[in-house]
Amino acid sequence: MTAVLAAPPALETAPPDRRFKRQRRLAWIARHSIAIAIGIMFVTPVVYLVLLSLMTSDQALTSDYWPNTWHPENYVRVFEVTPLPHYLLNTVIYAVSSTVLVLLSSVPAAYALAKLKFRGSNALFLVVICVMMLPPQVVTVPLYLMWANAGLTGSLWPLIVPALFGDAFCVFLLRQFLLTIPSEYLDAARVDGCGEWRTLLRVVLPMARPGIAAAGLFQFFYCWNDYYGPLLYTSENENAWTLSLGLASFHSVHHVDWNLVTAATVLAMAPLIVIFFFAQRAFVQGITLTGFKG
Amino acid sequence: MTAKPLGVRVRKGATTLSFLAPVLIGIAVFFLYPLGSAVYFSFTKFDLLSVPEWVGLDNYRRMADDPFLLQSIRNTLWMVVVLVPVRILGAIGLSMLLTQLRRGAGFFRTLFYLPALVPPVAATIAFVYLLKPGTGPVNHFLEMIGIEGPLWFNSPAWAKPSLVLLGLWAIGDLMVIFLAAVLGVPSSLYEAASLDGANAWQRFRSITLPTIRPVILFAAVTGVIYTLQYFDQAAVAGSIASGQATVGGGISSNFGFPEGSTFTYPLWLYTVGFRYSALGYANALAIGLFVVALAVTLFLLRRAKAFSGEES
Repeated sequence: MTAVLAAPPALETAPPDRRFKRQRRLAWIARHSIAIAIGIMFVTPVVYLVLLSLMTSDQALTSDYWPNTWHPENYVRVFEVTPLPHYLLNTVIYAVSSTVLVLLSSVPAAYALAKLKFRGSNALFLVVICVMMLPPQVVTVPLYLMWANAGLTGSLWPLIVPALFGDAFCVFLLRQFLLTIPSEYLDAARVDGCGEWRTLLRVVLPMARPGIAAAGLFQFFYCWNDYYGPLLYTSENENAWTLSLGLASFHSVHHVDWNLVTAATVLAMAPLIVIFFFAQRAFVQGITLTGFKG
Repeated sequence: MTAKPLGVRVRKGATTLSFLAPVLIGIAVFFLYPLGSAVYFSFTKFDLLSVPEWVGLDNYRRMADDPFLLQSIRNTLWMVVVLVPVRILGAIGLSMLLTQLRRGAGFFRTLFYLPALVPPVAATIAFVYLLKPGTGPVNHFLEMIGIEGPLWFNSPAWAKPSLVLLGLWAIGDLMVIFLAAVLGVPSSLYEAASLDGANAWQRFRSITLPTIRPVILFAAVTGVIYTLQYFDQAAVAGSIASGQATVGGGISSNFGFPEGSTFTYPLWLYTVGFRYSALGYANALAIGLFVVALAVTLFLLRRAKAFSGEES
């Protein structure tokens, strides 16, 4: 685990007094105890889920939180007795294709908004922010009717196709990142005779890698976690269900097998946590970019 | 400045357009067109099988005496008034704590952040199990220290507070934003205040708080908008706590469990549209949501120039 956080600034100057020294040591202990206590509260839900997923189905129904016997084979069984492999495949198809398409369509638009001067660019940026901020439920019914008329509800298409046409949040995040790239680099490329597209591909893309990584991660995580979209468009056809939708209805179909439900839940969150540890830096940078600096 | 020749301008315009084309089409097809349709549909009456029939303001009149709508507005307002400030206070508190730690700040930051990564559906399932009145470890623990735990997700009074706990657990994103803001406060200010004899609370009140005020505004506005669309956790918690979930299959009879206490505005919109197929009325509800969300968004854009990308 790498610590990205810079060492916190020293806030106090040390008084020479011995009583003060003891007080400061007590404060040190108090602060770290609070941090440890909160830390325990934060990991408890996940640890509890993992323990539950390793019990027999009988024990999982009791109030025990420590398995009498350990059953890691639950993680194999959940693949055999439930449609989990199917949900997993659908989720991967949705998340991967949507992420790739969104980046392909959003990067050029973000570049134009950040670095090209054109009439109406401010207005367009305001529209992008409005699209990003407004609740998706506002346009749910007309969009659903559109896809139903096209005969595509009950499949993953209504979730993937819009990615071809960019995503407001991605455009916003990438634009904020591209603004931090000095325009001198672009001017130099233009003087050397690069067209705008070549400037983007040869000069901007390599420099924008961290921003693109952050935008891609956010889109991937959004799709992986998405519940409303799959509920709306795929619920009529169980073959198109994703993990989120499957998990939420899992409980009713396999409601006695809490150990399997929790095993599936753990499997749904594991990939995200693994990805996070590999891409922590890009992630944190992305979050800080979206919350603006004061 | 002399005007550039027409040919150059056209070519430049075409290049710019080629960068923007996909997003422009996307905004038109997946936002502006459905938004216009929603306005039109809100004056009509139809279901999935019939054609829209013009009924004027009937749908909006219907909103005035719809007891479920009133209940869902009340629940959503409750969430806005409680969840948003609680999350902001929690995020400020955690980021202040992190800046005070001499050892392991990076470790604790990662630890506090991780729950934000857990898919909302998975997190909700975890919390329903954790808070289960009979078998959950939380009430078990409370019993050990002599407190009789509430029924949490199974009690109309405690279901929304349980959702707030869930929201607090997944506070990581907000915490990272506040942490960046708190670390951005120049340490020379703190040193000067310390020399003047200011204690920790005074330093927080008079230095940290004013500096991070724009971030608080940003967090409050985006928090309100996020809470207006609160759907996943409420839907899943209601279905799973009721013990007879049928969330898949598109329609849930367990939305709002128990006794409608988790029935938020988007849940009612979804139910009206996709369970009762009252599509005209559902669009009227959508326009109501649009007006409120737009007002909040415009407020943010006016107040926070930095957010719209201009230098402040």
